[in-house]
Amino acid sequence: MRVLIMAKEGEQSEAATAPTPHAMAEYQKFNEELVQAGVVLEAGRLHPSSQSKRVRFDGKKRTVIDGPFAETKELVAGYWLWQVRSIDEALEWLKRAPYEAGTFEVREVVEFEGM
Amino acid sequence: VRSLSSRACEGALAIGPRNEDSDAGLGRRDSAVTEAHRAIDAIWRIESARLIAGLARMVGDIGTAEELAQDALVAALEQWPAEGVPERPGAWLMGTAKHRAIDLIRRRKTLERKHEEIGREVELAREGLNVNAAIDDEVGDDLLGLIFAACHPVLSKDARVAITLRVVGGLTTEEIARAFLVPVATISQRIVRAKRTLAEAHVRFEVPGGAKRAARLASVLEVIYLIFNEGYAATAGKDWVRPALCEEALRLGRIVAELIPTEPEVHGIVALMEIQASRLGARVGPFGEPVLLLDQDRARWDRLLIRRGLAALERAERLGGALGPYALQAAIAACHARAMTAAQTDWPRIVALYDARLASTL
Repeated sequence: MRVLIMAKEGEQSEAATAPTPHAMAEYQKFNEELVQAGVVLEAGRLHPSSQSKRVRFDGKKRTVIDGPFAETKELVAGYWLWQVRSIDEALEWLKRAPYEAGTFEVREVVEFEGM
Repeated sequence: VRSLSSRACEGALAIGPRNEDSDAGLGRRDSAVTEAHRAIDAIWRIESARLIAGLARMVGDIGTAEELAQDALVAALEQWPAEGVPERPGAWLMGTAKHRAIDLIRRRKTLERKHEEIGREVELAREGLNVNAAIDDEVGDDLLGLIFAACHPVLSKDARVAITLRVVGGLTTEEIARAFLVPVATISQRIVRAKRTLAEAHVRFEVPGGAKRAARLASVLEVIYLIFNEGYAATAGKDWVRPALCEEALRLGRIVAELIPTEPEVHGIVALMEIQASRLGARVGPFGEPVLLLDQDRARWDRLLIRRGLAALERAERLGGALGPYALQAAIAACHARAMTAAQTDWPRIVALYDARLASTL
């Protein structure tokens, strides 16, 4: 199965500065381990919400809203797409991630019948 | 004790869709224990190949390595539900198993009184004490060594496939049997015999060098592609595609490509599998009937897998492997993948690639 990991890093999601070199090195080491295990399909980091837009749908009406957005805890700072055999496997990998704060959401991707 | 460990593996290693109903009947009071067991199952999935690989190199055979790894799993099943999962579960399992391995080697030695092995024992004891370092540095080599041993040409193709899925893929015998639609006893026998054959042939757990390397690598790739094809064009059963097997093969391919990134054909086979797998969703019609390539709804092709496949193909070509058999097949598959409609297919290039394939096999 495929799972999407959404990294809700709290304050760091909105930080204009990049993580410290030490934090980056730790992250890269962990990501490397995942890649070597054949788990990572894709990974990416997002700009802070100050550079983001939202489009609200209301019937035929569309409203574009400029960032930044207030709900810091819910803002996604980065994502992974993983290929794993179970949600439990995803959880066990995720627990090993070198983060000290934030909430990471694990969502299974809907795939075609029989997958 | 053995049944506990095999049941623990069994729960986690379901290759097909899980039976969701079976979880509903569990009592609430057991939920903490159940949760720990599920975590242990998942950890086993992640760690078992590396565990078996490290142990096989120590004790010299896959059968004993697997038993030691499973003993460590049983110890985890006894301790973790009460004490919690350790911070580095892989290191814990490896440490536990290595201590047992050292005991085993000592016992063997007392029996055999082989003086020349004493030096090795001291070395192993030191290694056992320095488990964390060993895990970080040698895992890649050990795992590759295990993969090359499991895919050794001394074994029949069927045996190579079975033992690779078992010790490298971490599947249970039951799961392999289910995936290949053969009786459990058949797979079980195949694995037992394969282990014995490898031990009798004194197959070493290492990546061969020199002239042997190419032939042995070809055997590894062949096993991966056999697994993939059994999923992609199943030779038995009513489901003519079994995507779970494709996923296992892709995972193995991606692992090997990371472990030996300089071998072009490894990227060639990964490219081929990624691109073929990108069409899995479009190959089956609404009534389960096969849909031919040119009739497929290309909007249903998996763009992520296509992109990964094209990137892997580029890596193979950059390493000078454009004419390798898997890279050539991947290049042909890529022509289809790049065409947004069937009419846009670059047929002259496909013909040229087929000519190149013919020339390389003559």
